[in-house]
Amino acid sequence: MTADVVRVRDLVVTVGAKPLLVDVDVTVHRGERVGLIGESGSGKSLTALAIMGLLPEDLIPAGSVVVTGHSGGGVQRVTSVLEAGEPALAAMRGRDVAMVFQEPMTALNPTMRVGAQVAEIMTIHRTVPDRGAAARRAVELLDRVGLPDPADAARAYPHQLSGGQRQRVVVAMALANDPALLICDEPTTALDVTVQALVLDLVVRGVEARDAGLLFITHDLAVVASVCERVLVMYGGRVVEAGEVQEVFTRPRHRYTRGLIGASDLDLTRPDGKLYTIQGSVPSSGRFPAGCVFRNRCTHATTECESLPPWQGSGPEQGFACWHPVMAS
Amino acid sequence: MTGLSRGAEALLPPPGRRTRRGTEATLLVGGVIIAVIVLLALVSLVWTPYDTGEINPSERLALSSDRHWLGTDKFGRDVFSLLMVGSQTTLLVGLVSVGVAALVGVPLGILSAMVPKWWGEVIIRANDLLLAFPALLLAIMLTAVHGQGVVTAMIAIGIATIPSFARVVRSGAIGVMKTEYVLAARAAGRRPLAIALRHVLPNVASLVIVQASVSFAIAVLAEAALSYLGLGAPPGTPSWGRMLQEGQELLFVAPRLEVFPGVAIALAVLGFNLLGDGLRDRFDPRLEDRR
Repeated sequence: MTADVVRVRDLVVTVGAKPLLVDVDVTVHRGERVGLIGESGSGKSLTALAIMGLLPEDLIPAGSVVVTGHSGGGVQRVTSVLEAGEPALAAMRGRDVAMVFQEPMTALNPTMRVGAQVAEIMTIHRTVPDRGAAARRAVELLDRVGLPDPADAARAYPHQLSGGQRQRVVVAMALANDPALLICDEPTTALDVTVQALVLDLVVRGVEARDAGLLFITHDLAVVASVCERVLVMYGGRVVEAGEVQEVFTRPRHRYTRGLIGASDLDLTRPDGKLYTIQGSVPSSGRFPAGCVFRNRCTHATTECESLPPWQGSGPEQGFACWHPVMAS
Repeated sequence: MTGLSRGAEALLPPPGRRTRRGTEATLLVGGVIIAVIVLLALVSLVWTPYDTGEINPSERLALSSDRHWLGTDKFGRDVFSLLMVGSQTTLLVGLVSVGVAALVGVPLGILSAMVPKWWGEVIIRANDLLLAFPALLLAIMLTAVHGQGVVTAMIAIGIATIPSFARVVRSGAIGVMKTEYVLAARAAGRRPLAIALRHVLPNVASLVIVQASVSFAIAVLAEAALSYLGLGAPPGTPSWGRMLQEGQELLFVAPRLEVFPGVAIALAVLGFNLLGDGLRDRFDPRLEDRR
């Protein structure tokens, strides 16, 4: 097995006495693409922010998050994110781990030219010898993400670019320092479908060229199926199922995963002609039921579900936590 | 808003009473008034119709004429020349005090938005304390310590103006700190100082400019008030406020000696306020640019 670029173990994030994440295990190996799926409010973005060490100040993390950078110049930097100080984290962010955010309209500073913003990422971490080199490399990166006339684009302000173009700039920024891990937080949700495919392609080719790991957060199962190799299903601040994409999507074991997949399949309709849904809605943070977090929305819940279902599987990378799993057929 | 087509824009509700055209007019009128005052001050540095230090008893209290456009005061000094030279004091005090206030207030506001919540509260409460302190009282205290003078007035007005800058900048900076590009900058490994200078400051700059323009108007008024009370410009230094004070005893004999500096002060305040209003509307995102 290849080295892992990020290894999250028993991550717990609380605000006051309210738990937001409980016992989250995430591992991404080098060159591997992992999807993180679940409804809004299930803790996906929070997991990403915890890996970056960017949790809001009133959120308290516990457990362990270890990020291993590329071995550049014979030195391999290993950062224990939860213990590291701000300077070490600043050195890690944008170099060992980079992040692409959801909203391309607000992810760029409106008062800076985009070329300068891309170049800045490199000058911060001194991955280029000087400013001139950074500016040239910025244009090169903009060219590689497919912006027409990259030299002109570098001189443009964000508002002069379209949403898709801005997201390409954001991807260029994220890949500028050849990170070992790229985290994408719903990078295509705000884009229209034709542009989505282009951006996804950029992301996948970008991480492949760098042998980097990818942690891809989305609620679009089709995107996960086309981009990722492995998938983690989150609900209520917990990982409820994990495994190979093929396996999880064709033979889901957890009732929640099954519900998600059922709700995503537009060919599948109920007898009354409506689409399948998961009944109820996601409770607000900290209001998930004790025991199995999904039991108040699950059609198969019994009294047994009032106690926490154990993790069944070969390890944190494959398995599920459910008392009444869908039978493997 | 930028993504809206021209047609869709027309469907939006009108952004209040003010229109783009009204904004342009406000900006223009304010700008012209200020430009004239600045021009007069600059010209007075090299030339005035009469020497303002020269006392000419034979021409005292002259009415407006070809020789003295706005007449003369009780010492026979040319009122128009005094107004010209006085505008130097007005502008200098305004410029320095607003500069001092911005130099301290802007970093304070940004700092209070970037430090942990608890520290931000401490900073802004201390700021509010200063805000509650009467500016005039502060000036009287400083005069007692440092003596009367233009510099004392500048510092007093400057210190008193700090809180309004800090307040305005803090509210803007808190908004900027919540944006995704600041999160992205942090995710890229940007240190706090660089985020403050490269991301927060440019995005609150419009607020600072507007606040400076409005503060300038307040500073002009404050300088006049201090000089009128004898706490600002010392005798011999022409200042609009001093002219008011010196003309006071002749209010019923020669009311024009009160009217002219009074109008000058009012015009300067009006000019800076119009400029500030115009700039604020200019930067108001609801007034989408249609050029």
